[in-house]
Amino acid sequence: MNGVHDMGGMQDMGPVQREENEPVFYQRWEGRVFGMMWLGSAWRKWNLDAMRSAIENIPPADYLRLSYYEKWFAALIDLVTSRGLVTRAEVESGRPAAASAKATPPVAATGVPALIARGNPVRRDVAVAARFQAGQRVRGRNINPPGHTRLPRYARGRTGTVERDHGVFVFPDANAHFQGEKPQHLYTVRFAARELWGEQAAARDAIYVNLWDDHLEPA
Amino acid sequence: MHDLAHAQEPEHEHSVVPSDPALRVKSLESLLVEKGLVDPAALDALVDAYEHKIGPRNGAQVVARAWVDPAFKKRLLADGTAAIGELGFGGRGGDYLVVVENTPQVHNLVVCTLCSCYPWALLGLPPVWYKSAAYRSRAVIDPRGVLREFGLEIPEGVEVRVHDTTAELRYLVLPELPAGTDKLKEEELAALVTRDAMIGVAKVTLPKAGGRA
Repeated sequence: MNGVHDMGGMQDMGPVQREENEPVFYQRWEGRVFGMMWLGSAWRKWNLDAMRSAIENIPPADYLRLSYYEKWFAALIDLVTSRGLVTRAEVESGRPAAASAKATPPVAATGVPALIARGNPVRRDVAVAARFQAGQRVRGRNINPPGHTRLPRYARGRTGTVERDHGVFVFPDANAHFQGEKPQHLYTVRFAARELWGEQAAARDAIYVNLWDDHLEPA
Repeated sequence: MHDLAHAQEPEHEHSVVPSDPALRVKSLESLLVEKGLVDPAALDALVDAYEHKIGPRNGAQVVARAWVDPAFKKRLLADGTAAIGELGFGGRGGDYLVVVENTPQVHNLVVCTLCSCYPWALLGLPPVWYKSAAYRSRAVIDPRGVLREFGLEIPEGVEVRVHDTTAELRYLVLPELPAGTDKLKEEELAALVTRDAMIGVAKVTLPKAGGRA
């Protein structure tokens, strides 16, 4: 989706504002949202790609205005309702529907270290032929899918060089929409800064982007 | 600080987040807990892990080890995941780690333009500026301007490499070892390494005169 989340290369967003010694969570509710998103995902009703897609689906004006964890909260409500963990009516009332069964949480406090250690393994040990090799010239495809994609707009139609083949990984553009993992090779592609931004960029500089087979074509 | 005050303005009547996130979050939590979907003690444990246990000291250990142990550094640059695993780090936000080395010829900078991907396992959760529209939009088109705002002037002859975190690979910048550190032990070196240096928006420096180094 050519959404406002695809920010690379946009201008007029102002200076980068830093704060010394900022807390991990400014307010308690931010940590609760962080935790609910993660523990809720243990029900395997959504994956990390779907979570990113839910954030991208926030209307653009809201996306720019909301804080990071406000966006997470909007996405969390979207996911728990659209994926069937709770109903909209339950979210509105804050109470379980009458006669709804009580489940057992899949992760207890003692299971949290293992949950963190398990991570989000998305490399797949399957035999899929690589379409490109290190050193090969490639071009970001000119695709404009209405859903989730990890191919940034700034790399579409631009030519770069495959730096490295990382092996076979889950393809987020499909996985985010529960269309299967579509595992394929993931690469690091080096784009000269001037290829992306023209003469205003420094001659030596480069942008490295991780892209999958379906994002690329031979140049 | 965050601006939470505008949700009730008329132009935001279709806002996706209500005016009082604290109350609504509490309401959702009690719903999920009552339905047995989430264990509140697990929530506490997750929040505690990222508030108190998982942070930039992890990454600093990796950097200091690379500075004192050339064989480790070689393994680290060849296969970040495996080498960092030797120190016991990995898992969420660090499943696949790539370490990029700053040298007199190359300066590396890490960003996620599409969301805010960040090496949680090594640096903890990202600071607000890393997640900001300003940083995400500008780091790729104007990295030298962004670095200047952080107080870093990169000479024209140095190549700036920006790493856009568009997959589940997570990047750690291996900063240059500052001069005058020959006598420091590994733990003392680790204490010099800042979060910002491991993102690539700062260099590692010795404390000013009067400091212990």
